[in-house]
Amino acid sequence: MSWLRTLETGLRGILGHRLRSVLTTLGILFGVAAVICTVGIGTASSDSVNARIASLGTNLLTITPGSTRTGGVFGGAGTASTLTMDDANGLSSHDNAPDVAAVAPVVQRSEPMVSVASNWTAQVQGSSTGWLTANARSVDQGAFYTAKDVSSHALKIVLGSTTATNLGVAVGDSITVNKIPFTVIGILNTVGGQGFQNGDDLGVVPITSAHDVLVGGDPNSVQRILLSAGSSDTVGSAYQEADQLLLNTHGAATSGTPDFTIQAQSSFLSTAQSVTTTLTILLASVAAISLLVGGIGVMNIMLVSVTERTNEIGLRKALGATPGDLLRQFLVEAATLSFVGGLLGVGAGLLAGVLIPHFTTIGVTITATPVLIAVVVAAGVGLIFGVYPAARAARLAPIEALRAQ
Amino acid sequence: MVVASAARVAAVADAAAGADRAVDAMLGREVLRLQSVSKVYGSGDAAVLALDDVSLSVQPGEFVAVMGPSGSGKSTLMNILGCLDTPTSGTYHFGGDDVSTMSERELAHVRNRRIGFVFQQFHLLQSMTAWRNVELPLLYRTTHDRREQAMRALEQVGLSNRVDHHPNQLSGGQQQRVAVARALVTNPDLLLADEPTGNLDSASSRDVLALLKEINAAGRTIVMITHEHDVAAVARRVLEMSDGRLREGELVT
Repeated sequence: MSWLRTLETGLRGILGHRLRSVLTTLGILFGVAAVICTVGIGTASSDSVNARIASLGTNLLTITPGSTRTGGVFGGAGTASTLTMDDANGLSSHDNAPDVAAVAPVVQRSEPMVSVASNWTAQVQGSSTGWLTANARSVDQGAFYTAKDVSSHALKIVLGSTTATNLGVAVGDSITVNKIPFTVIGILNTVGGQGFQNGDDLGVVPITSAHDVLVGGDPNSVQRILLSAGSSDTVGSAYQEADQLLLNTHGAATSGTPDFTIQAQSSFLSTAQSVTTTLTILLASVAAISLLVGGIGVMNIMLVSVTERTNEIGLRKALGATPGDLLRQFLVEAATLSFVGGLLGVGAGLLAGVLIPHFTTIGVTITATPVLIAVVVAAGVGLIFGVYPAARAARLAPIEALRAQ
Repeated sequence: MVVASAARVAAVADAAAGADRAVDAMLGREVLRLQSVSKVYGSGDAAVLALDDVSLSVQPGEFVAVMGPSGSGKSTLMNILGCLDTPTSGTYHFGGDDVSTMSERELAHVRNRRIGFVFQQFHLLQSMTAWRNVELPLLYRTTHDRREQAMRALEQVGLSNRVDHHPNQLSGGQQQRVAVARALVTNPDLLLADEPTGNLDSASSRDVLALLKEINAAGRTIVMITHEHDVAAVARRVLEMSDGRLREGELVT
């Protein structure tokens, strides 16, 4: 029997059993579409989690006073205020620390703020102009304070969006912070929760003004210093440079007991990445289950239809079909159904990938690999379970196959 | 070109086969010969002797009826004669070829080229029209005018006006006539009918038997299995089976 005639016979078989053909195609279609959708949604979620993590500033290093490295005993970070503006200035020098891109010394205190409309208490940080870069933030409205504002001890404040909303103020309004009048000159971009603090509920003022009227105390001392490396690749070297510089200037290089701690946000990042990995595994499991369910559906339809068709197989054998003829016929049928089902499944999956984000807030990111895997597995299941039982039936003696009712 | 020449070769081969058959008839060469054929199903204590030392020779143009009650082994005989099953012992020659030693592929070839089957259950494919059903055996050989041949076979059985009907749109008698057309379309040496009227009412039975008689009158060799005397009466030679043994019955003239 020629391939052309086999093809014709196979296609007639498909058209002759419309319900079975439609059910098989649907089984493969939904299997493939489900995998494309679940993986697409999962990839989008995973991407969004990664983007949120990246927005935390993975290049960020935080230097806090006190050491956690003393002889295996937890020294308690921040037990002594040993960081100074001089440290911050030293780190700002490109010669000392070439991989440090921005430096922001920070003092902070929770302060009551009062506007014409309302009052609200939030963290107020005093810092340098490097604050924006070191925190990977930007200003949405107005502007950040300038180096001149810092040197002139200007009473200007930049607010987080939540704080601005709660106070009911806009750029140019006046508020009092700890009863001292400040002018709102900018509103920060909205970032949502960052680690364990709300990045949108705060105020930022020049560190000189903060020392003057808010925090008080030694104008040279700072609570912590934020460093930003040029990129995530240089975080390591920036860490080394900062560590070496501070060990030297704090005279601890010889004693070996540093009075500061440098923490990298990237350690938080690695935790977050393990979360993402878990998410990916969960996703792959859901996809595998979708495929399994779809595959079992296709398998059942194929098995049932072959049992139904044992009679036909017996008749065709009696009329002179060889086992090879029958095998090729069922191969063509199964391959066609699998191919059409897989193709429609990809179409349906892609369509859902467009429609879901359009009508809901769920994001869908479609990549090639899951589409390929879904099509190969679904079509493979269709092929195997379309051909294998038929091959077995084709080996039956024709009388036995004819007697099957 | 290749297809056309292949078809021509096949046509020549068919013509040659027809000529051979004519020569066979003249020389009195048998269509088939069974020699001491036995068939055992199962093994050990459960072994059943379905055919017990059966010998049979059928000449070209004969219309043979094999009679016997159910369980007498006549279905087994039909399966052996139709090359659907192989004997446990003994030899079976079909048109001079020893089929008892043939491979499954060769047997399929013999069934396709030289034997036409008519079954009690009709065994038409419900998803296909009458002419597609008749065309089926032609799919397994090289033929280029399958539709024309199917149409001719349907005309022979008087169903030219039903070629595009599906089996469920035809009466039992019409369905069996489609099956007869399917058996005839390959121009076989032997038409093998297994209880062809078993599922038909008496009017349709008469109809189908008359058709078989007509086909035999045109020179086709027929072996028919039945358990009804009046059905066997249309045959010119009646064999009786009981307990796996075959004996010559009274010849109907």
